[in-house]
Amino acid sequence: MEFEPELVGFLCKWCSSAGADLAGVSRRQYPSNLVPVTVNCSGRVDASFILKAFKDGADGVLVSGCHPGDCHYTSGNYKAWRRVAMVKRALEEFGVNPSRLRLEWVSATEGDKFASVVEEFTGEIRELGPGPFNHD
Amino acid sequence: MTENKKKVAAYWASSCGGCDVALLGLHEKIVDLLENAEIVFWPAATDFKYDDLKGYPDDEIDITFFNGGIRTDENEEIANLLRKKSKTLVAYGSCAAQGGIPGLANMSSREELLETVYTKTPTTHNPEGLIPSEVSTRDGVELRLPGLQERVRSLEQAVDVDFFIPGCPPPPNLTQKFLGALLEGELPEKGSVFAGERTVCDECDREWKGKSISEVRRPHEVEIDPDVCLLDQGIICMGPATRSGCGAGCPEVNVPCKGCFGPPAKVDDQGTEMLNSLASILQVGEEGKGLEEERNILSGLRDPIGSFYTYSLPSSIFGGRVDDGGKDE
Repeated sequence: MEFEPELVGFLCKWCSSAGADLAGVSRRQYPSNLVPVTVNCSGRVDASFILKAFKDGADGVLVSGCHPGDCHYTSGNYKAWRRVAMVKRALEEFGVNPSRLRLEWVSATEGDKFASVVEEFTGEIRELGPGPFNHD
Repeated sequence: MTENKKKVAAYWASSCGGCDVALLGLHEKIVDLLENAEIVFWPAATDFKYDDLKGYPDDEIDITFFNGGIRTDENEEIANLLRKKSKTLVAYGSCAAQGGIPGLANMSSREELLETVYTKTPTTHNPEGLIPSEVSTRDGVELRLPGLQERVRSLEQAVDVDFFIPGCPPPPNLTQKFLGALLEGELPEKGSVFAGERTVCDECDREWKGKSISEVRRPHEVEIDPDVCLLDQGIICMGPATRSGCGAGCPEVNVPCKGCFGPPAKVDDQGTEMLNSLASILQVGEEGKGLEEERNILSGLRDPIGSFYTYSLPSSIFGGRVDDGGKDE
């Protein structure tokens, strides 16, 4: 059976989640591999959320927030950026390909960008194969 | 009087022996303990054998202090045996409670460990490349060693545990607090941790200025200000990700917290907790600019897993090194 990536996406409520909605209402077609989880702010994404997503079998994790300078809470996206960079480093040490974790900035007007990000990420993970805890 | 005495046991599994010394570190309090308790098994201090333990009826022992993680088949066998023979089983010390320092071995496979220890270290002279096996025969006699398991586990990952007393080793006041509760018959609910609920920072007297730091420095590279938060000074201190209860004795003497009490209550991964804290204070480049700099982040930190999971890798979310690519372990 062909490998079908399962991705988890942590999307901030104010920009990226609205961007995902826009992709939907614009009838933009994109792969259905990403399970969106709306969080108040990308800065809310605890490093343990990312590890738990992998532990529960995710093949890739997307963290998406407002563009730099646009965070609804001023600086949450900067915290997310540093956190993701550090989790990538930790993933590498743990033996997990850090490209399985992706950070993106998607605004509420960028429905198209959201769809392309999911398209591209799904393709990349399809290439990489099943995640570290995906034993199906 | 004798019939009212509590029967107490202690055991060391994959540990250094420091926890046994910590029990003796109760000093004169141990005499008070012995007035009310009788030792029925304690390999580090008394001459009971495994057969004595096997001969006890089930639930014969009132309380067992189990230190050390589960590394070998022997560790697991005795853990199961002690669980059967004990009314109350206490994971005593960091190794039993969270896996401890030996748990960092989970970043390597069993084969890598054996190969490194028996053939690769500079001081090893082993021209035949012999690696110990569970069964070997010498002069017609079969010799057996306990099997080395693939991974280190905390006690709770192997058997049911009633209480936890963390620390490397646990400070005497927490052990005393536990013994007091035991003798008074006032033990809290199962699963309780005999330590604080919050973080080491909560007990630390240093002044926290909440400064952003631009680089990670190691303690020997800087003259430490004794009154200011170590993280403010760029030194990695595990305080924000570590359970309180120790009284912050290490930071008090300019030694950064290494995290021996494990994660605070309601936190299940000490490493990611520390990562979250550091992400909030690290200042890398200009805010939001320079995503390309992400590779340099933490470059001053040589060993993030070893630093953030020093005592808790086996009980963390990943538990150790993982195999990417979807293959079964």
